[in-house]
Amino acid sequence: MKDSYVTSDGRTIGGVLMDMRGITLRFGGVEAIKNISFDIREGEIRAIIGPNGAGKSSMLNVISGFYHPQEGEVWFRGAKRPTMRPYDVARQGIARTFQNIALFEGMSVLDNVMCGRLTHMKTGVFSQAIWHGAAQREEVENREAVERIIDFLEIQAIRKTPVGRLPYGLKKRVELARALAAEPKLLLLDEPMAGMNVEEKEDMSRFILDVNDEFGTTIALIEHDMGVVMDLSDRVVVMDYGRKIGDGTPDEVRGNQEVIDAYLGVAHD
Amino acid sequence: MTADQLHSIPALLARNVASFGDKPAYREKEFGIWQSWTWAQAADQIDALAAGMLTLGAVANDHIAIVGRNRPALYWAMVAAQRIGCVPVPMYQDAAAEEMAYALDHCGARFAVVSDQEQVDKIADIREGLPVLEHIIYLDGRGLRKYDHAAMSSYADVQAAGRAAGLSARLDELSAARSYDDTCVMLYTSGTTGRPKGVVLSNRNVIETSKNSSDFDGLSVGEEVLAYLPMAWVGDFIFSIGQSMWTGFCVNCPESEATMMTDLREIGPTYYFAPPRVFETQLTQVMIRMEDAGRVKKWLFDHFMAVARRVGPDLLDGKPVGGLDRLRYALGNLFVFGPLKNTLGLSRVRVGYTAGEAIGPEIFDFYRSLGINLKQLYGQTEATVFITQQPDGEVRSDTVGVPSPGVELKIAENGEVFYRSPGTFMSYYKNPESTASTKDAEGWVATGDAGFIEEGSGHLRIIDRAKDVGQMADGRLFAPKYVENKLKFYPNILEAVVFGAGREYCTAFINIDLTAVGNWAERNNIAYSSYQELSQHPDVLGQIEAHVSEVNASVAADPMLAGCQIHRFLVLHKELDADDGEMTRTRKVRRVVIADKFSDLIAALYSDASEIYTETEVTYEDGRKGKITATLDLRDAVVAAEQVAA
Repeated sequence: MKDSYVTSDGRTIGGVLMDMRGITLRFGGVEAIKNISFDIREGEIRAIIGPNGAGKSSMLNVISGFYHPQEGEVWFRGAKRPTMRPYDVARQGIARTFQNIALFEGMSVLDNVMCGRLTHMKTGVFSQAIWHGAAQREEVENREAVERIIDFLEIQAIRKTPVGRLPYGLKKRVELARALAAEPKLLLLDEPMAGMNVEEKEDMSRFILDVNDEFGTTIALIEHDMGVVMDLSDRVVVMDYGRKIGDGTPDEVRGNQEVIDAYLGVAHD
Repeated sequence: MTADQLHSIPALLARNVASFGDKPAYREKEFGIWQSWTWAQAADQIDALAAGMLTLGAVANDHIAIVGRNRPALYWAMVAAQRIGCVPVPMYQDAAAEEMAYALDHCGARFAVVSDQEQVDKIADIREGLPVLEHIIYLDGRGLRKYDHAAMSSYADVQAAGRAAGLSARLDELSAARSYDDTCVMLYTSGTTGRPKGVVLSNRNVIETSKNSSDFDGLSVGEEVLAYLPMAWVGDFIFSIGQSMWTGFCVNCPESEATMMTDLREIGPTYYFAPPRVFETQLTQVMIRMEDAGRVKKWLFDHFMAVARRVGPDLLDGKPVGGLDRLRYALGNLFVFGPLKNTLGLSRVRVGYTAGEAIGPEIFDFYRSLGINLKQLYGQTEATVFITQQPDGEVRSDTVGVPSPGVELKIAENGEVFYRSPGTFMSYYKNPESTASTKDAEGWVATGDAGFIEEGSGHLRIIDRAKDVGQMADGRLFAPKYVENKLKFYPNILEAVVFGAGREYCTAFINIDLTAVGNWAERNNIAYSSYQELSQHPDVLGQIEAHVSEVNASVAADPMLAGCQIHRFLVLHKELDADDGEMTRTRKVRRVVIADKFSDLIAALYSDASEIYTETEVTYEDGRKGKITATLDLRDAVVAAEQVAA
């Protein structure tokens, strides 16, 4: 398992980037995640699927450091991660988008995306306020990085538009832009295509593949659209009631009887 | 270098480098900032690409296809092709794969310079049928990393190879070998009928026309233009390459298609061209926003626009206007016109043109009354754009102006307009029959349009396409476009197609304008779920019926065309679309296609039925096909009494 492998479309997937070992997460008496282990490899697109309430978003929240599991270990880049606050996790190179868009509605697209650069800014509030020297240089450098992402995601035309005025599909794209602005090693996408029409899904799929391809970003995503998951991802983890019931390539998962019973659908009697 | 040595675009480029080498030649907004290149920098980029093309094996007279949106690098690719004696062939970037396959195959392009992955994919789909196409050069490499690069390279790599090869002496040799009568560019006509034709334009055509037209409007090195119209269209070639190279003005390219209006505002062009549709859309948006404005603002707008309409055009033409009116207009300029022009990005326009279609008199007057020097011109690809244009001070909405410098006009017996000019095209590529039937031995070219020269003013007036002008069953004149234009001047009508050749009476298809009608529906709390539903709403049909009746009254007043009143009409359930072949890429209706595709609807219009059920095949943007069904209302319009000639 340590070795790298090559995908059918010719991408080389590296060693283990993140390793989840025996994760159990409880809310009071409810076990949201029951002793789950899986890994995410460098350069991979890894999907987590499962029916509603399976614990997918909880798992993403464990990865992002928002929830702290009662049992198990999180290994990131070859080292065991101590209990961390989410902003420390972000500083380590993990960025995410949210299932229910979490943008600053009154701010422009540009300002929202600039927020993603926060972990790259070193100057303090005071020097930023007087806007001189290092603070100014830093702002220019970061703005340049942000403009490259705006260009990449083709949102130039809405650069100055307040986010609150944008349609849903574009907000999702802005959220992706903000996550990308952090230049993450690992990008977590929580249902990036929920509520989108076919065309928007096609666009978003293309962006996800391009992000992976151009920046070499490792991506872990939760998604309900099976067509999208099977097309995009290299490997899939399947969860059901907090348990892991399948793990493997899309084809392996599709052929797994337990997965078919739980999720992919059999006719109800 | 003397003027008579300036016989090719590369020669003009060399002159510009020598005369204004450090002035900006190209700008493009990228990463949120306007990046600019001086003439010297542009020449360096062009030479690197040209040398790179030589290393790929390009030889003189090769056709090099250029596909993409307006970007400096693609303009450079055209000049780079000319630099090594090749012929650039710009193509419509939104063309479907098979349309592009036809053009690429017809011109036998060995090389294609394209913008991005979308165009690379499109060519990959059709590459099997194009044995001659050897190499693709792409500009934006995004998403192309994993592609097989045996027969394609990035623009930057080709330039790097060119720089390494050190071929500047060879480039100068190849450029110098081009004569004034060698081919400068080949452009495909959009083709309202049949296959597109490749129009071959010589250096003489392009440079003489650029010189004459620049002199006509006094264009200088200080002009700013925004290059946003398709690169495959002759107008863009003349404005952004011909005239820019001749006078040395700067060409600005928008950041993306969607940001065009913002970019227009930031650049503030002094020389501006837009088809009537753009002006219509802008005016519709202004009016919709004024409807939503507060009372004071609305009153100010209405009050001063009335003043502007009364005296604005006269002020622009330098005619005498009273002192009080001048004061009122100045106040209006302060409160309304100035800010409005600024919002539209037209504050600095010194010379503005519209062409391609008739523009509604109200729309035309609106812009002129704001003090924007909007004029009309009449032209076509075969004439290297200019046939007639309006001189300052002689601008009217119902004519297309006087012959451009160096152009001779004549009207044939059937009313068709013929011209002869320094811009008259060389030939249609690989199509001697069409060349012969369009251009006679003396160099006269048939425009295909019927018109007449107005007594007194000498201005040309166009009635319609000559082949569309016909006769009704009773022998009266039938000129569909004349009526269609009157209909299209209503903001809620986007498109109209009138039928009636050889019939007892005229009928029409109408397309509603979704922006205008949608806004009206919102204002009146009318819910609709689709274009189709809105188009058949009884209130919408009622409004259209009123418009048709008004048009009938106005048509009846013209004794020559009184037979063209519309007796029955329907509102179509889908927008006429280039993807369905119903319009050309430049958005002109294809009558034959429409008449054939909707023959059931036409038959119904000439029957007693009051509604008809129909099924229509539609093509989506990605090429998939679908079917829509609808039941359409057939309506009768009020027909006015004709003024019987005594």
